[in-house]
Amino acid sequence: MVEEKNTINNIISLKSVSKQYGKDNVLNNINFDVQAGECIVLVGHNGAGKTTLMKLMLGLTRPTSGKVEVLNGNPVLSTAVEQRLSLGYLPESVAFYDAMTGQEVLSFYAELKGASKNEYLDLLELVGLSGASKRKIATYSKGMRQRLGLAQAMLGDPQLLFLDEPTTGLDPVLRQQFYELIDQMHKKGATSIISSHALSEVEARANRFVIMKKGVMVACGTLEELYQQVNLPIRFQLKAQVGHASVIAEHLGSKISVHQVTEQFVEISCFKEEKMPLIRHISGLGDVVQDMHVIPPRLDEIYNHFMSVELS
Amino acid sequence: MKMVWILALKELRDGLRNRWIAAAIILLATLAIVLSLMGSAPTGSVKVSALDITVINLASLSVYLIPLIALMLSFDALVGEFERGTMLLLLTYPVTRWQVIMGKFVGHVLILFVAIFAGYGSALLFMVTMTGGSIDGWQAYFMMMTSSLLLGAVFVALGYLVSVLVKERATAIGSVIGLWLVFVVLYDLILFGALLLDKQQVIGQKLFSVLMLISPTDSYRILNLSIFEGVSQSAGIAGLASGAGISTGLLFSVILIWIIIPLATTLYIFQQKEL
Repeated sequence: MVEEKNTINNIISLKSVSKQYGKDNVLNNINFDVQAGECIVLVGHNGAGKTTLMKLMLGLTRPTSGKVEVLNGNPVLSTAVEQRLSLGYLPESVAFYDAMTGQEVLSFYAELKGASKNEYLDLLELVGLSGASKRKIATYSKGMRQRLGLAQAMLGDPQLLFLDEPTTGLDPVLRQQFYELIDQMHKKGATSIISSHALSEVEARANRFVIMKKGVMVACGTLEELYQQVNLPIRFQLKAQVGHASVIAEHLGSKISVHQVTEQFVEISCFKEEKMPLIRHISGLGDVVQDMHVIPPRLDEIYNHFMSVELS
Repeated sequence: MKMVWILALKELRDGLRNRWIAAAIILLATLAIVLSLMGSAPTGSVKVSALDITVINLASLSVYLIPLIALMLSFDALVGEFERGTMLLLLTYPVTRWQVIMGKFVGHVLILFVAIFAGYGSALLFMVTMTGGSIDGWQAYFMMMTSSLLLGAVFVALGYLVSVLVKERATAIGSVIGLWLVFVVLYDLILFGALLLDKQQVIGQKLFSVLMLISPTDSYRILNLSIFEGVSQSAGIAGLASGAGISTGLLFSVILIWIIIPLATTLYIFQQKEL
């Protein structure tokens, strides 16, 4: 977790932020900081408050209580205009002016951000919309709109990117390209906040994860930190000498739960505290064990765990 | 200012793209030409120019038409962008909310400017050619075009106020039609009805003038029917207003106030709004 004393490097800082719409508590006492260069992924069920959290950071809406700071300023003030020059946003199911062509829209946004013509033409090329740039947006497919949305978010080389469910509507190849683009932005030092339901996609890419549930931040940290917070079984896959799999299973069965035994493979699982003793025990078995994989809990398992635990 | 200009140009381009401007120019030019042809008949007996007659006819028609055009242009400006979701993205760009409102306002007034000056202006050219180059009364004609533009600006501002207040586009359409009826038809109907029923003369000349003056449409009427002698001779209502000593400056100020107040209120509400 980020320490309090690092506030100077914080590009985003939220302190006891709550948001109510009427009587609904959409966000409840959120504390969280983001440092420059990080890639933060927000996960949570629909209506967990991910989009509201982004809108607060973008200055589109005000917190009911608490303090939001983005790029060292309050994003709702009119002085935040300067900060918004270095900010890119891709809203969930992005909408454009349908009567305009792709190029007209991007040129309009580029002007507002002070980006050059070359820059937006390059971006159109980058997201593969050059061929369709003279067509009206009304004729665009969901994926094309999403790509145009990404292109506008990248105008003016933003330091800070907010991407709300960016890969919905993109096919697997485009998803891959999308993450490559994000990686490139990160190499240039950008920070990004991504909300996503595609846990397997974002698992390897984020520095930290924020898990939201009913407006509460139930967990925040690296995959490793989250894993430390939960007690989920670790899986082991052992490769045995031909014919010895059942022997190993029998041998370990007294200590540990055995899931599957085939001719050559044994799958077992244990909890964190039993992990090292188990590994030592297995290495003591000698040559019968030819190979071993240790598989820690995946993000979706950790996520499911947090979702199933009742809020206190 | 640069941001306001970028946003205004977008509105202007939208107006060109969807043929809005072209349609308005054709409509206004056709009406002006038809009215000038109709109006040229009685000029023989009265000592006024054909242009003066046309100004009276056009002003009487513009008072209905220009507000309608302006409201149709503006009702969608904010609620449409909220509903479609484009406002959400726009406000994450380096623009302030007042720049968004002012940009739209400048753009829409520019559209009206092009429509009114090209539409009525081409009719002016037509009339001048028809009458063999006589340009008597051109000042009144220009005054009519300018005040029409200002009247349009009033209703653009009122349209924004509706647009920022309602939740759905459909409500906005209904509301601006109601607004049009009140400002353009009902207010005068009630005022003149009251005057007819007022046998004891409770409504004196002074109160009547004030009641006329606070309506932007009546101010527009008085402005065009009374300032120039040629026009005021042939317009009935003009005597009333000039008798009450209402100056041109005051009439323009009333119209300007009707632009500023709705625009400022719209901005205030928009500033408070959460997306």
